[in-house]
Amino acid sequence: MSMIIEGLYYSEEHEWVKVEGNMATIGITDYAQDALGDIVFVELPNIDDEFTQMDEIGVLESVKTVSNIYVPVSGRIVEVNEAAIEDPALINSSPFDEGWLVKMEMYEKSELDDLNSSEEYEEMLGEEE
Amino acid sequence: MDNRPIFDKVEISNQLSTLSLPEQLKRKKVCRFPNSSEAQVARHYTKLSTLNFGVDSGMYPLGSCTMKYNYKILERLASLPQFMQLHPFQDDQECQGILEILYKMERNLSELFGYSKFSLQPVAGAHGEHTGLLIIREYLKANNDDRDLVLIPDSAHGTNPASAVMAGFRVKKVPSDKWGNVDIDKLKEMLSKEKVAAFMLTNPSTLGLFENNILLIANMIHENGGLLYYDGANANALMGKIRPGDMGFDVCHLNLHKTFGTPHGGGGPGAGPVGVAEKLVPYLPGPIVVKEKDKYGWSSYSETQIGRMHGFYGNVIVVIKAYIYFLLHGGSGLKEASEKAVENANYLMNKINEIIKVPFERVCMHEFVISAEKLKKDTGVSALDIAKALIDKGYHPPTIYFPLIVPECLMIEPTETEDKESMDAFVSAIKSIVDDANSSPEKVKAAPVTRIVGRLDEVKAVKEPNLTFYS
Repeated sequence: MSMIIEGLYYSEEHEWVKVEGNMATIGITDYAQDALGDIVFVELPNIDDEFTQMDEIGVLESVKTVSNIYVPVSGRIVEVNEAAIEDPALINSSPFDEGWLVKMEMYEKSELDDLNSSEEYEEMLGEEE
Repeated sequence: MDNRPIFDKVEISNQLSTLSLPEQLKRKKVCRFPNSSEAQVARHYTKLSTLNFGVDSGMYPLGSCTMKYNYKILERLASLPQFMQLHPFQDDQECQGILEILYKMERNLSELFGYSKFSLQPVAGAHGEHTGLLIIREYLKANNDDRDLVLIPDSAHGTNPASAVMAGFRVKKVPSDKWGNVDIDKLKEMLSKEKVAAFMLTNPSTLGLFENNILLIANMIHENGGLLYYDGANANALMGKIRPGDMGFDVCHLNLHKTFGTPHGGGGPGAGPVGVAEKLVPYLPGPIVVKEKDKYGWSSYSETQIGRMHGFYGNVIVVIKAYIYFLLHGGSGLKEASEKAVENANYLMNKINEIIKVPFERVCMHEFVISAEKLKKDTGVSALDIAKALIDKGYHPPTIYFPLIVPECLMIEPTETEDKESMDAFVSAIKSIVDDANSSPEKVKAAPVTRIVGRLDEVKAVKEPNLTFYS
């Protein structure tokens, strides 16, 4: 069973969002990293790039497949996880913590309503599995 | 001899050193001379040769790649000096034979797949795709049509979107329905919003399933004003049975190395001829062999064609091998080869379905996919682990994790070459791996253990590739 953290927001594309004030930290879920397999390459956007909800912001490449990363909320990139770019294995070993991908300044906090709660996400995974 | 160096460093104290050579010409380092007997060397290389795995060593069910047995006579005849010693600049009069083969092969392909003309120039499947898309772009340009969207199903080969983008198109994905077919409602919706340049489709699909709605899809695309592109990767399933040209595909590429059993080569030469319907013939890359009276020669350059796609005439030797395959089989033989490929795949699918579930329970074509999703959830043993364990059982692993829409996917293609006994043995191998997964999964996860290298660190291989022998 994949790990799910309470209090985060989850997208249908298996990204998680952690909200602190106007700031959103974004990563992929444990389920997503397991489905991808060993990640070997990460492409992330540049700081100050602006995106609207569900834009593609980067790419994750694993030994199995290549997958796009989508932003669950609109906003401006303020930080990218250089450590994860350097060592993508962090995303596999610690998807919710050291393996975070980007931090964003959110433009529309109401967009969080489109996302799933941890309970809803758990239910969604239950259906997929 | 196990990893013993063939070359020993030998100190040479020969007369040369006493000669009054200038100082800069005298050898400073010791000289490496072979110091092994012929028997040792023969054993060394013979042993090395057994470390290779090919279709001559065992079953090679690499789905999508169609690793059928390559008849030795193709190699033998195509290696005749009459072919090998020809020079591309040779006068047409001196090489009528090879021109006749190219001409007849072009005619054969056109007849077998339902097209007006083929160009034999592209040298790989993806090269053929790119050629086909450049033809479509040129055709649209000639008609002052600025549509630039190419649709691709979500089960497509990764080369499809790459070829389209390289040819200057935008790409959008069309989802599959629960039967593995193109989702017709979604396609309708996409077509209602935009004009499409082309829809690239493989039939049978990469799931090994026949696209039943193909005539409907062809109509929808043509009514929208777009063209239908046939990715011939799976043409092995329908030779002599049904023609892509008749299904409404305007452009088609073939992989001679898949469909006609020419060697795939270790990244070496392939051939990806492109066939087109009448209205696209002016854009086909030349030169193409033409026959005038009883003489063969090259078509002259025309302003409309997209230009050369390769130096000289493509990989001619591969085309010769495919032509011999044609002659060996004849029309009815090609049909039989396809029937046998489909029969084998269905036999194997039904046998394996008793062990690992097939996600689409339909009659398959020449290949099929299975999903190890449940096994992974129950035991932790994944598609990758099964593939590695098959190496220990003496098989080349099937294709894994493709198509992307099937989780923990293994894609199996026995081809027409395998007999019932070899397929039954493969089923037993799968059965024993699944039994091991249930009783001692760590054993499967450690595979392979019988080869000179074990489980490779695939992440490290990507991050820190070691590309030379002397690291």
